[in-house]
Amino acid sequence: MGRAAYNGRLMIEFHLDARSGVATYLQIVQQVKEALRLGLLDVGDQLPTVREVVADLAINPNTVAKAYRDLERDGLVVARPGRGTFVASTLATPSLEHHEALRRELETWLAQARQAGLDEESIRALISKTLREALVRQVA
Amino acid sequence: MTAALETRALGKRFRRGWALRDCTLTIPDRAIVGLAGPNGAGKSTLLGLAVALLAPSEGEIRVLGRDPREDSGTLADVGYVGQDAPLYRSFTVGDTLEFARRTNARWDAELSSDFLTQLGSHQRVSALSAGDRARLALAVALGKRPSLLLLDEPFARLDPLAGREFLQLLMHGVTETDATVVIASHVIADIERVSDHIVLLSDGCVRLEGKVEDLLASHRLLTGGRRPLGRIGGVREIVRERHSGRQMTLLARLDRPVVDPSWSVDEIGLEELLLFLGLQVEHRPQQVRQTHGVVDAGDKLTNLGSQARG
Repeated sequence: MGRAAYNGRLMIEFHLDARSGVATYLQIVQQVKEALRLGLLDVGDQLPTVREVVADLAINPNTVAKAYRDLERDGLVVARPGRGTFVASTLATPSLEHHEALRRELETWLAQARQAGLDEESIRALISKTLREALVRQVA
Repeated sequence: MTAALETRALGKRFRRGWALRDCTLTIPDRAIVGLAGPNGAGKSTLLGLAVALLAPSEGEIRVLGRDPREDSGTLADVGYVGQDAPLYRSFTVGDTLEFARRTNARWDAELSSDFLTQLGSHQRVSALSAGDRARLALAVALGKRPSLLLLDEPFARLDPLAGREFLQLLMHGVTETDATVVIASHVIADIERVSDHIVLLSDGCVRLEGKVEDLLASHRLLTGGRRPLGRIGGVREIVRERHSGRQMTLLARLDRPVVDPSWSVDEIGLEELLLFLGLQVEHRPQQVRQTHGVVDAGDKLTNLGSQARG
């Protein structure tokens, strides 16, 4: 059932976290957006067909169709009847070129945090709290 | 758009009493419906009525827009797998498929063979594992390319791995046929992954019915310190409340997001929602027993059902 074709041709494979509480279609949307942001998917790349995703993840075909419709509405992908769904624009530009430098700074920061005695959980908590507060300030 | 399955005030009485009563529901075309509820809730009775194995005692049932007992052609478009995947045990896999080919007006040999790649046609049904028997029964039901597929407790005898494989095959079949599917199961976790609609039966009555997405979007769990309850902005209705010690948990139906910082607001999963409504879910009885101070919201529950229908 299409598993071999899946690995040969496709750029991404979806995974599901049933315990995350995030709706299945949203998990698919987020994974496509993340792949676009990181440059793993580029314009012209084909997404897995509904049939392939359904057979792989054992989920409702309507769910996959809904995720792809959402992405299409955002102008990120385009559906070509009978052929599949293709990436129409990317989220990677222009920030991608800065990623490497930012990642290095983040690594330095992580080393400092570890030196200060923070364990992984404290680091995660601090990052997400700071991120949340920064976003709130931006909105305000 | 015709509904795949529609009932109005449907009831079925056996000698021991009513198995299904005043059941009104609409299952839209192409939905994947989880038919949930504890054992004895009336799930099998409803499916039996849909395939005309049973005659209604009262009310009406329409399958693909037709009365299944008057229009026998209806059943050519309905796939049905009863409990424990009934098959002829002395047949081989090959015999079973040949029998299905000859007894169905329409037969898609290619589709049915998709399900049986791991099975030899000479293997006898009686020697198959529960998982392979379930596969074969599904192959027979989907080979006729039904518009409506009814499955009664398909996971009951399957271990988790076989259950997942069965679900993959089922979803593959649904994509190929565009069938509407009703899966009866007393274990919500088995149907949660694929259901876009839910019908919850208990004691022969419909307790909750609707699109899963709408039900989850409109319900939130509110947790906060125990206090006398006034109006909470955004809450249309408190469906259930529980308290323990200093804490209070509310299951609320919302009009808009709750912003009151004295409540912590959490989304709720389908299984938890049904549990919270105080309905028995077979494999987690302890959570029902732990419940303290549940307000009886039987009436509200009924409202919930009719609301969701709109």
